[in-house]
Amino acid sequence: MSGEALVILAVALPFAGAVLIWLTDWNANLREAMTLATAGALIWVVLKVLDLVLTGAAPATGALEIVPGLSLALAVEPLGMLFACIASALWIVNSIYSIGYMRGNKEPRQTIFYVCFALAIASTIGIAFSANLFTLFLFYEILTLTTYPLVTHKANPEAVAGGRTYLIMLLGTSTVLFLPAIVLTAFIAGTLDFTPGGILEGKADGPVIAVLLALFMFGIGKAALMPFHRWLPAAMVAPTPVSALLHAVAVVKAGVFSVVKVIVYIFGVDALASSGNGDWLVWVAGFTIIAASVVALRQDNLKARLAYSTVSQLAYVVLGVAILTPLSVIGAAMHIAAHAVSKITLFFAAGSIYTATNLTEISQLNGIGRRMPWTMAAFAIGALSMIGLPPTAGFLGKWFMLSGAMETGQWLPVAVIITSTLLNAGYFLPILVQAFFCEPGEEVKAHAKGEAPFPILFALTATAAATIALFLFPQVPLALSRMLAGL
Amino acid sequence: MIGFEDIVAHYNHWITVFLMVSGLYIVVARGNMVKKLIGLSIFQTSVYLLFISAGKILGGTAPIISEDYQVYSNPLPHVLILTAIVVGVATLSLGLALVVRINEAYGTIEEDEIFAEDEQ
Amino acid sequence: MIAAQLPALQIVIPLLGAVLTAMMRRGSWAWAVALAVSWTMPLIAGSLLMQVLSTGPISYALGGWNPPWGIEYRIDALNGFVLVLVSLIGAVIMPYARVSVEKEIAPKKQAWFYTMYLLCLCGLLGITITNDAFNAFVFLEVSSLSTYALIALGRDRRALLAAYQYLILGTIGATLYVIGVGLLYTMTGTLNLSDIAGRLDGVENIRPILAALAFLTVGISLKLALFPLHVWLPNAYAYAPSVATAFLAATATKVAVYLLLRYYFSVFGVTFVFETLPVSTILLTLSLAAMFGASIVAVFQDDVKRMLAYSSVAQIGYITLGIALANQTGLTGGIVHLFNHALMKGALFLVIGAVFFRIGSVKLDDLAGLGRRMPITMGAFVIAGLSIIGTPGTAGFISKWYLALGALEQGSWWLVLLLVASSFISIVYIGRVVEVTWFRPVGKMVAGAREPPTSMLIPSLILVAATIYFGFDTTMTAGVAEKAAEALLGANR
Repeated sequence: MSGEALVILAVALPFAGAVLIWLTDWNANLREAMTLATAGALIWVVLKVLDLVLTGAAPATGALEIVPGLSLALAVEPLGMLFACIASALWIVNSIYSIGYMRGNKEPRQTIFYVCFALAIASTIGIAFSANLFTLFLFYEILTLTTYPLVTHKANPEAVAGGRTYLIMLLGTSTVLFLPAIVLTAFIAGTLDFTPGGILEGKADGPVIAVLLALFMFGIGKAALMPFHRWLPAAMVAPTPVSALLHAVAVVKAGVFSVVKVIVYIFGVDALASSGNGDWLVWVAGFTIIAASVVALRQDNLKARLAYSTVSQLAYVVLGVAILTPLSVIGAAMHIAAHAVSKITLFFAAGSIYTATNLTEISQLNGIGRRMPWTMAAFAIGALSMIGLPPTAGFLGKWFMLSGAMETGQWLPVAVIITSTLLNAGYFLPILVQAFFCEPGEEVKAHAKGEAPFPILFALTATAAATIALFLFPQVPLALSRMLAGL
Repeated sequence: MIGFEDIVAHYNHWITVFLMVSGLYIVVARGNMVKKLIGLSIFQTSVYLLFISAGKILGGTAPIISEDYQVYSNPLPHVLILTAIVVGVATLSLGLALVVRINEAYGTIEEDEIFAEDEQ
Repeated sequence: MIAAQLPALQIVIPLLGAVLTAMMRRGSWAWAVALAVSWTMPLIAGSLLMQVLSTGPISYALGGWNPPWGIEYRIDALNGFVLVLVSLIGAVIMPYARVSVEKEIAPKKQAWFYTMYLLCLCGLLGITITNDAFNAFVFLEVSSLSTYALIALGRDRRALLAAYQYLILGTIGATLYVIGVGLLYTMTGTLNLSDIAGRLDGVENIRPILAALAFLTVGISLKLALFPLHVWLPNAYAYAPSVATAFLAATATKVAVYLLLRYYFSVFGVTFVFETLPVSTILLTLSLAAMFGASIVAVFQDDVKRMLAYSSVAQIGYITLGIALANQTGLTGGIVHLFNHALMKGALFLVIGAVFFRIGSVKLDDLAGLGRRMPITMGAFVIAGLSIIGTPGTAGFISKWYLALGALEQGSWWLVLLLVASSFISIVYIGRVVEVTWFRPVGKMVAGAREPPTSMLIPSLILVAATIYFGFDTTMTAGVAEKAAEALLGANR
């Protein structure tokens, strides 16, 4: 199959999968088989594309022009490739997990859940492979809309309120800030295509570039830069598989992925570095990292703590590109991958605890490690990766970012990374200590009968293993990151 | 500079404006729905005058071609206003029909009383 | 031979249809006639537009009296586009009408409903096609009078009041329009729009022309519900029968917008209206007031039909914004939005009509959980709602894209921010409905509801599909609108 056909297939497959899932509503087993089959087919297609990209090809489709200057087109570049690999690989794992979780908790309306999930993945792949800002924006909005029913899945007042925050913040930022930024870019540059080196250089004055950058950075609300991060904790009312794949991987990564893409392919790293218009971004990202970590420290709800940790970790990626050196861009790309596998592990573990014991608060988890050793071991690996300790994937990204910052003598990012590492340790290690070294508390004694169902354990083991594997064998993501940074 | 003579010379326009404004005033100031319609009719009538007086040429006669006359008044405005009158009559009758229906439904044709009834 | 008479047939067929239905007793027969007429109209309008696009404007002398003495029908890209729009909406709505009208209107009056509908259609098409200022007034009144009657057919007694209020304001608007025409006629001695345009240059005393422009602007603005002259619209749309609301919301205000465009650009000329006079500033201010004022009011409505009506006022603000920008891109955006908004608001009102058909209420609180019982209908609502918001991939995005670029071309970047800020408000009011209908437990009134009959569902879905289709393929919409805008600005004098 040609590269063009593969790329189109990658986006179309999950859409088709959604239809199949919807049609097989009458048989739950068949329906789940459809999800898994689609996910399997998708990863196969994505790996085919990966083969092409690693040999140096850049598969792309022709452009479907909508109005002059506005066209739909797909093209694969290294970062998108990396993102698509992560999303599609984790979708399989997450589907297995979902089946265990949704059945284990007897959730209602499962068909619509799987349909929306497949649609969300389709739009994620669409974002990853978009060749211009408009295509990216289109899929970005579809992603918001298809995940909204997942957030409000429980349909109780709390879920509806969370969904409202989610929708208003994400659609609000994208309509009020992101869209004008796109219009302005189209107006200034005359094109919206992602082009290595950027399309804005020499076309506008410094202040205009600075304003545009601000519109983009805050407009891409999915990157959860403060003060537009509120939707992410709000989204935690969703069932755990949603929080795991979408609000630790697909949706939030779509946000930072867009940030990286905009900086690398619209502004241009070099152009932005030499003009100094992007320097403020380091401050905003640094502030978000520290502030979100401090907030995370004070959360007792496990998922809420993980959510704030995500806010903080996303800002790492933004910080990575904001440092504006090739090394730090590699770091940002690596961190996208590393955070994906480790945060999904943490969420899987949280969901596993909930399924097995119905416990949600950290203070209730004394001694849980003894009853659910497998789950908590995976949690420990994820937590180490979040802190950034070897031998876990989290180490790599931070390493490159630090190298990039030191190389150019930017001490602020260095200080931020070090401080936040301490803070990360501060909010993850106590959980581990509590889980493994405290006597089992009353709640744990009352509820914890043993490990969660097998699909859940399988999934969290797989991702925990991936967290370590990514550290040991980082060749493929590293190769892609290097291509992105132009090294 | 507009002199007194200019004002007098355009007396037809003054009458038009007077009718127009008083018609509008009745529409706005009266709460009785029939009176409002009367105001509306007066307002429309002012337009008839505007058109027809513009068509009249001093010393002109009816536009029937004859060797005795050189100057004719313009017949077109009359034709237009004939149409406008028909439209006006249709509007008035539809409006009155609505008022009858409103009276049946609410038992009154005073606007404030109707609003009060709907509030409940 | 028939091809040459198409412009006349466009008007005469609905007129004859109205006469025919007026003589019928049975609602279903009258419906059949109305359906036949409504399905013929797009064929005629479409072939006229095709002809215009390939060979240029068509001039048709009604009754063989040559212009400028006789009444001329003249079709160019702009009004060909509007003709297609109006007749298409009519064609899509008619199949829907039968069931809805049977439910909402007393059997004895059903035939009259179709008479009024056909007269309204005839009037709207007439305003669009004619090139004669006074003829346009007559058609304006034909459509208005039938509209008042259509609204009064609503079941609620407040429909009568709404019709009466609209009658008062509509007549004032129409009369102001005639005054404007009268002033133009006294200054130029002609009623043919092209002829007036040609002779205006020679007029030395400019004051009556200014007065004419003012009267025409206010008169037409009353009809197109430009903020703050929109007060008649919310009640009229809220209490009219569902079919009438959908038809009027999609067409009536759009035709009035067309008339305004015609006078500003073809008769008075861009230079006179937008450079000599501060029309642009005034129109811009009022458009923004509409976009924000009406949107905010929409957020606080409990009745979904009223909410959509206020949303219409806001959306008309977008169209007039495009006119106020008066550059190629902005004007294209305004004209495209005229088309796109007709599609999406038509779709929304049809959907709400279907909801009313099943559960007999459109109060937001009564609709709790409706998405579970009528998923296809409410799904259609969501998509059309997204188009109102302007999500990419829907028609609404295309218009906003053009408007935003038009604003930037004029150097008003702040306008872009205001444009998107008002879309944000539409997220809130559409979101409210989505939240209640999909994520609240199923309420009492909704419990027994199911999808509406196919004859209602299909037209709604066609319009919804169109809003998506025209979000991707814009050759029909933006392409033609661009040509129309070019022609309007090209008449630069």
